[in-house]
Amino acid sequence: MEMLKQLLGWVDDRFPLTATWKQHLSEYYAPKNFNFWYFFGSLALLVLVLQLVTGIFLTIHYKPDASLNAAGVPVAFASVEYIMRDVDWGWLIRYLHATGASMFFVVVYLHMFRGMIYGSYQKPRELIWIFGCFIYVALMAEAFMGYLLPWGQMSFWGAQVIVNLFSAIPFVGEEIGIWIRGDYVISDATLNRFFAFHVAAVPLVLLGLVVMHLVALHEVGSNNPDGIEIKKKKDPETHIPLDGIPFHPYYTVKDILGVAVFLIVFSVIMFFTPEMGGYFLEANNFVPADPFKTPTHIAPLWYFTAFYSILRAVPPMFDSQFPGVIAMGMAIVVLFLLPWLDKSPVKSIRYRGPMYKWALTLFIVSFFILSYLGTLSTTSGRTLVAQICSVIYFAFFILMPWYTRMDKTKPEPERVTA
Amino acid sequence: MIKKIIFAVLLCLPAAAFASSEGPKLDEFKPNVEDKLSLQRGARVFVNYCMNCHSASYMRYSRLQDLGLTEKQIVDNLMVTGEKPVETMTAALRREDAEAWFGVAPPDLTVIARAKEQGPSWLYTYLRTFYRDPSRPTGWNNLVFSNVGMPHALWELQGERVAHYRTEKDHDGKEAHVFDKFETTRPGKMTAAEYDATVKDLVNYLVYMGEPAQTKRKITGIFVIFFLLGLTVLAYYLKKEFWKDIH
Repeated sequence: MEMLKQLLGWVDDRFPLTATWKQHLSEYYAPKNFNFWYFFGSLALLVLVLQLVTGIFLTIHYKPDASLNAAGVPVAFASVEYIMRDVDWGWLIRYLHATGASMFFVVVYLHMFRGMIYGSYQKPRELIWIFGCFIYVALMAEAFMGYLLPWGQMSFWGAQVIVNLFSAIPFVGEEIGIWIRGDYVISDATLNRFFAFHVAAVPLVLLGLVVMHLVALHEVGSNNPDGIEIKKKKDPETHIPLDGIPFHPYYTVKDILGVAVFLIVFSVIMFFTPEMGGYFLEANNFVPADPFKTPTHIAPLWYFTAFYSILRAVPPMFDSQFPGVIAMGMAIVVLFLLPWLDKSPVKSIRYRGPMYKWALTLFIVSFFILSYLGTLSTTSGRTLVAQICSVIYFAFFILMPWYTRMDKTKPEPERVTA
Repeated sequence: MIKKIIFAVLLCLPAAAFASSEGPKLDEFKPNVEDKLSLQRGARVFVNYCMNCHSASYMRYSRLQDLGLTEKQIVDNLMVTGEKPVETMTAALRREDAEAWFGVAPPDLTVIARAKEQGPSWLYTYLRTFYRDPSRPTGWNNLVFSNVGMPHALWELQGERVAHYRTEKDHDGKEAHVFDKFETTRPGKMTAAEYDATVKDLVNYLVYMGEPAQTKRKITGIFVIFFLLGLTVLAYYLKKEFWKDIH
């Protein structure tokens, strides 16, 4: 024991080990009233680690090669089946990674929703929100490029559709498309570069952003379901917030419970319905990529379908899909602006008036409808619904400065409530 | 080129709306990969009939020990061309020949049961709805996969049939040809019931082959979930203990 203490002292003289531990865990004071919605940050971190670890093992066996093997199957596609069959526990690693990808988005969407209901993006937490939005964008890029790797029909044609969005940019689009693909069509060159981005470039960016997200959070302190600053009421002697408790051990212990329950949900899906009815693994992606056979129905995976719906809802103008592409891009850009669009004097939904509650409800319902429509093929009726929902989506943000100002808010409490 | 692809894709989207709602109803089939004898029979049908043209190039013969067979039984009964058990199940037909004869190489069937929505029911219906159609180059057509490139590989078991259509008016009052019934023109080696049972065995086998680890997956899942339930109880009381002084 004495030796360990000496060792720790030796390290602390050279590296702020104890100081870091204290700053971010044992003496990071989090509000004591976190509820259900506060599990998803730590769960996102858990899934990130899960994806990194399973990803490393998949990289050991996966081959990013679009050429055909002796049996006439693309090597990349065959290597995934090799992992599913011939690698010990390979099926488990692959399913963990595939289920993990979808669950990552589930967790991140719930985490973002938490931010919206409790106003966690408001001053002074604007940068935490901005970093979070960048994480979301990086995650989308990561998921999109990862989905090409199994080299199935949906991998190929999904990538084709998305890269063609960039080709819809006037004048330079064609060139940008070639630049992204490294070829005139999605090909081996595209597969190789997407592999490089998926396993090295984007994960590095993601990790960096996650560190920035957490450092910014620990600088200003966590928000809470009441949306009031716990730092305003400190113990006069210890200077510890009266409503704050050390993250470790209180929230580490609580998060273990969250992790256990989350892993049960995760396991039920992964072990008993890994395709999740075609939402996590699409049937058509069990067909090797065929550049000469366009599937009758191309849809991205569920976590992109809301934006895909917005894209399709905008009619082509001047013979170009570009307006739809802009609308889709704006649907994501507008998220970044949230801290400055919200003019409400209170943060939490608990003390907001009916207007914000209605707006948020309509927004969430629209997002669900858009997500659902994006999985289907279009009909004129569905397109009309998608157009209405797209308008609601944007109206939620664009009208926010007005309805949050006009809304009748309730007085916030002095101290956090249970 | 790129524009053409965009247009092709965009044109396909509305067409898909109709494509998804049409097509004959599938006969529902719930596979049972625990039925080892059925899987063994299915494997035999697969080797004898499907593998003349189709490969299962991700599936090793040795893996068929999952079906309760010894390596010797596999070699003696299911391997005909003198491969080693560790080798994958490769078709007798060469790909170049297939492309020359059928215009397209027969697809690999290892994961075919996962490659369709409602894969087992689709396969079960597909393999039972071939009929004679002299307008097709192969002389065969199919109810769920119209103008299919594949001839009826199991015809000597099911026999030959022709399809009768009747004319019906649809919602818009337009006349449409609707499938009415099959008429057997030449009986096969099996009765209809025997043939259905054989196709069930075959589809069962295809479902197994699509994911040989599925049985192990479910068993593992039960253990993992029980472990996690225990962990949850433990974590709950741990949390309660730590938090008892927080009010």
